[in-house]
Amino acid sequence: MRFSFLSLLRQAFAGHRGWPEQWRSPEPKRVYDVVIVGGGGHGLAAAWYLASEFGIRDVAVLERGWIGSGNSGRNTTIVRSNYLLEESEALYDHSLKLWEGLSQALNYNVMFSPRGVMMLAHGHHDRVVLTRHLHANRLAGIDSEWLEPEAARAFCPGLNISSTIRYPIVGATLQRRGGVARHDAVVWGFARAASALGVDIVENCPVTGFLRNPDGSIAGVETGRGTIRAKRIGVSVAGHTSQVMDLAGLRMPLESYPLQALVSEPLKPVISCVVLSNTIHAYISQSDKGDLVIGAGTDQYVSYGQNGGPQITAHTLDAICELFPALRRVRMMRNWGGIVDNTVDRSPILGTTPIPGLYVNCGWGTGGFKATPGAGHLLAATIARGEPHPIAAPFSLDRFARGRLIDEAAAAAVAH
Amino acid sequence: MLLVPCPWCGPRPEIEFVAAGEAGIARPAPDADPAALAEALYFRSNTKGLLAERWRHVHGCGRFFVAVRDTVSDRFAGSWPPGVPHPSPAELAAGEAER
Ligand SMILES: Cc1cc2nc3c(=O)[nH]c(=O)nc-3n(C[C@H](O)[C@H](O)[C@H](O)COP(=O)(O)OP(=O)(O)OC[C@H]3O[C@@H](n4cnc5c(N)ncnc54)[C@H](O)[C@@H]3O)c2cc1C
Ligand SMILES: [Zn+2]
Repeated sequence: MRFSFLSLLRQAFAGHRGWPEQWRSPEPKRVYDVVIVGGGGHGLAAAWYLASEFGIRDVAVLERGWIGSGNSGRNTTIVRSNYLLEESEALYDHSLKLWEGLSQALNYNVMFSPRGVMMLAHGHHDRVVLTRHLHANRLAGIDSEWLEPEAARAFCPGLNISSTIRYPIVGATLQRRGGVARHDAVVWGFARAASALGVDIVENCPVTGFLRNPDGSIAGVETGRGTIRAKRIGVSVAGHTSQVMDLAGLRMPLESYPLQALVSEPLKPVISCVVLSNTIHAYISQSDKGDLVIGAGTDQYVSYGQNGGPQITAHTLDAICELFPALRRVRMMRNWGGIVDNTVDRSPILGTTPIPGLYVNCGWGTGGFKATPGAGHLLAATIARGEPHPIAAPFSLDRFARGRLIDEAAAAAVAH
Repeated sequence: MLLVPCPWCGPRPEIEFVAAGEAGIARPAPDADPAALAEALYFRSNTKGLLAERWRHVHGCGRFFVAVRDTVSDRFAGSWPPGVPHPSPAELAAGEAER
């Protein structure tokens, strides 16, 4: 057993220097059956499902920096499935169901905590929109409840339901199965489990080009660590999808924006659930360490500078202070940005591309952490079978030319 | 916060502006095929580097203009009134390299 009370004790006395590595760091081989580009949660999950469910173990995950250095390690970890449209409900609930058994499946505690996600309604318009979502969700078998303001405050003490604030709260929806998970543990858990099944995780290995066969199909990748051949390649690089796909000559319907988050000093438990407000743009939860985790918005223009404008975070903090007056004097410790890839319909792209053998998973924008197991599973299924998994099929790259957009702008209006 | 160079008003804080997306996207003919329409409506260069964009100085002179910005450093390389020929991002990049 690698982890036990005894090993913890022994390591405590040895200065924690003797912990064994959790995944191998091999030199990349020259040929693989499948190559996944991008070592975020999505790419690592795809590799693990390829190995564990689809029996394809000759897999490499190629990561430009270190695994989890992208949005997987920068997000506010909200997990929920209460989207509006049928296609999205199927997609996000597929993922939520995988979250529910993930720690067991990976034998690694990803700290999935279904503590409830509450979405606030401010005014009549919000009430109409959110109740429409609620009914759509119930029809799809996704749990959702309506809370009147008093019930909302009972569920999340400290919430300001006074009628004199600028945007008074008139109610809220609650998805009890939603919650948060520990972002780094998710990355590490998938990496460890995939590596144990033979997947090579290769860090410091940027993909710089694609190899093609004379018939146009994919033959491999050029990387910072040499040429690697593979007949099937899945690209899962979030904010840098346009750049990587450009190496294969494909333009993408994406724009990349900085999205910010911030954390406070650690506090005693005060926020017991996840609270979101689309209208005044704020969301907050509390980590097990005690920090308040607060999500802000995106900048309004394409940028790859991982910072974002200070006016964006100030705007969110205004909203948080109004919703939770007790938090007004709490100090913020850090803020940061991640580069998120947005589609116009705020739905992801997951499936085949015009290039045989090249698959893509992207466009999760501001809300793909919740999809980590689901997207990984569907990308793996799509690569293994050579055709889109039925749940992924509506999210094809060709939907833009067919006019079959899946407009989740309302469900994803706040960046989470 | 960015200081956005309005060709008429000079550098002004970003919150006075609305970013109006990538510049130079030609509207296809009404009978163009769906792929061309999708290209104009949804597909973008999303450049990491110098990118030409449209901005509108909504809380100022109200006018649209074109600016070229480096999307990594967020530094502006110049701005021009709409319709005025301006150096392409590639030419600006070459100029920067010489400096
Ligand atoms: C501030 C913030 C808050 C968020 N909050 C939430 C939330 O509450 N809930 C939610 O569901 N989602 C949230 N998201 C979105 C979520 O983080 C992402 O959708 C999700 O993590 C994407 O996972 P990924 O594995 O696809 O991407 P990433 O983790 O970004 O992984 C992509 C990887 O590809 C690598 N890469 C890039 N180029 C190359 C190359 N050329 N070669 C090799 N590797 C390359 C990168 O280094 C990176 O590690 C948030 C995002 C941010 C930034
Ligand atoms: Zn002006």
